[in-house]
Amino acid sequence: MAVDVLAADPVATRPKSSGGGLWRYILIRLVLIIPTVLILITLVFFLMRVTGDPITAALGGRLPADQLAQRVHEAGYDRPVLIQYFEYLGNILHGDFGTTITDGQKVTTVLLTYGSATLELAIYALIVAFAVSIPLGLVAAHRRDKWQDASLRIMAILAYATPIFFVGLLLKLVFSVWLGWMPVSGRASTQTELLMSGVSTPTGIYLLDAIRLGNGSAILDVLWHAILPAVALGLLTAGIFLRLIRTNVIGTLGQQYVTSGRSRGVSEYRLVTKHAFRPALIPIITVMGLQIALLLAGAILTETTFEWKGIGFMLSEYLKARDFVAVQGIVVMIALIVAVTNFIVDIVAAMIDPRVRY
Amino acid sequence: MTVDNTPEPVIDRDLPTPKTEALAAQTPRKRRWSERLPVVSQLRQSVGLQRGMLITGLVITGVFVLVAILAPLIAPYSWAQQSVNGVKFGTQQPPSATNILGTTVSGFDVFSRVIWGSQTALLVILAAIACSIFIGIALGLVSGYFGGWLDRTLVVIADAIYAFPSLLLAIVMSIVISHGQSNLWSGIMATALSITVVFVPQYFRVIRAEVVRVRAEPFVESAKVIGVPTGRILTRHVLRNSTRSLPVVITLNASEALLTLAGLGFLGFGIEATSAAEWGYDLNRAIADVTSGIWWTSIFPGLAIVLVVLGITLVGESLNDLSDPRLRTRRRAGGAA
Repeated sequence: MAVDVLAADPVATRPKSSGGGLWRYILIRLVLIIPTVLILITLVFFLMRVTGDPITAALGGRLPADQLAQRVHEAGYDRPVLIQYFEYLGNILHGDFGTTITDGQKVTTVLLTYGSATLELAIYALIVAFAVSIPLGLVAAHRRDKWQDASLRIMAILAYATPIFFVGLLLKLVFSVWLGWMPVSGRASTQTELLMSGVSTPTGIYLLDAIRLGNGSAILDVLWHAILPAVALGLLTAGIFLRLIRTNVIGTLGQQYVTSGRSRGVSEYRLVTKHAFRPALIPIITVMGLQIALLLAGAILTETTFEWKGIGFMLSEYLKARDFVAVQGIVVMIALIVAVTNFIVDIVAAMIDPRVRY
Repeated sequence: MTVDNTPEPVIDRDLPTPKTEALAAQTPRKRRWSERLPVVSQLRQSVGLQRGMLITGLVITGVFVLVAILAPLIAPYSWAQQSVNGVKFGTQQPPSATNILGTTVSGFDVFSRVIWGSQTALLVILAAIACSIFIGIALGLVSGYFGGWLDRTLVVIADAIYAFPSLLLAIVMSIVISHGQSNLWSGIMATALSITVVFVPQYFRVIRAEVVRVRAEPFVESAKVIGVPTGRILTRHVLRNSTRSLPVVITLNASEALLTLAGLGFLGFGIEATSAAEWGYDLNRAIADVTSGIWWTSIFPGLAIVLVVLGITLVGESLNDLSDPRLRTRRRAGGAA
């Protein structure tokens, strides 16, 4: 496949056909993913094997020594590490990320079952982050060094300094326990969960399922449960986005075309939101894409705080159970997701701005 | 030293020998050191909001360090003490005269645990930064100076680690080092090493970038020509001139180290409650308390984390701004694209 694209490339890079450059760029980025992912898989694999085999870690002390040895032998953990490593790589190539020790599920099944919950949470959090950071970031850039900017900067630092689980606990304490407005934890009330289980071919994204049910109270219930986790995760991200937008928009606001726009009587609002914000978007998008790793790490902590049953919640459950096959599988899958997301972000940035391409 | 002096007797050359002794006398080392002290010099050139942020940050950080050092004097009880004079504190007691911030679900004194927690936090931060600076600088120096395949491999590995969620990596590392459970010292070292692995790529990148720049400077070349040993070039000529961005990275990392420590503790991968006090762990134990309206077990350790991270971040942020001339000068819009 790679050869095909390369062969087609010279034709596409004829003058005036900008598509070729993009394809070439996509190809290079795609090839670059491989070493990144391979390094991470190798790193995680060998690190996890340094301390012994996962079966002893999970069941050691609970089984007699001879049974334990037999289980270890059955799973093949007594073979040379290098053989296990290449077998593991081969399995991953076939889409097999291992089977959890504690509940005997495929890691891919775990990811498919709980991934949608994490995705849903991440999308809500991003919506919150954008809704908060874009207007505030523009205000901070426009009113640079004024009190608005100063207080927003302090707020952004505070948002960074507060651990996400502490934000979550505070929100829970105030809005769920003291004021009683919000549910304490979970993705939906038991009643709605029951209704949901009746949906044929559920997407796992509760909002979509509730909409397909056409049940108004279920939709409200799902949204109601999502508010606190989304705000907790969103605020952390918003703090970073805010600073990012501020710095980049300050850069573009200093450009001469903004001054010339101002001299032609373009309104300040339009100058900031259109003339300065639009060109600042590329660096913003690129760095935002890199924050996906942070968002995922934040999701683990948020899900644990709110018992939001996504990948992060499951990861911490498996950690508690010392099921390191599951942990390793989930960690490797997250590494893949991060690599692919970064790839997509690079491509989007390249599509927006041709200068990004090589 | 002796090697440097040997060419001197050869005076019959026409070229005048530069009088380096005179140059050395003109710039006494003592004065330069006080001026080059990272934080002090930046404090001097700061103004307005930046100065306020820097001073606030320094004060908070200072208080944190003091509390950590004086913890045995400040804390009324030990971190794992459940009774005083034979009388049990009781579990989940609200703030009272004996326990001014209440007690936890295990019957520990919240105030004492918050105070002792600062000591754990400081130790982990110091250990993590010391390890990652050492490894990061060594790798960055060698990689940047010698280049070649080693450099390329290390860069790819560092980039791969850098793109990975740091908390996950720290989890993997803490599984590796301690299988997730540990007492005070092994716990501190395990957590610190877990954080180290996450941070080494950052130091590596910063130092390597600087080394690659400095390597091309004429003074490095001339040092090579006069036959200075490579080890000496690395430490004297290259490293000395490559550390200017380190204070910023260190402070920003210190706050991140604390957040990672708390995150690990919150996921149950910290230091056990009986071995040391750790804020993240206390917050983990407080999840259930929150649901039943018990606020004192979560608010205080949480506030401690926020304050310390805030203080260190304020210092780091201001240092960062001050080191960037585009952000330092006020009233002038940002530089060229």
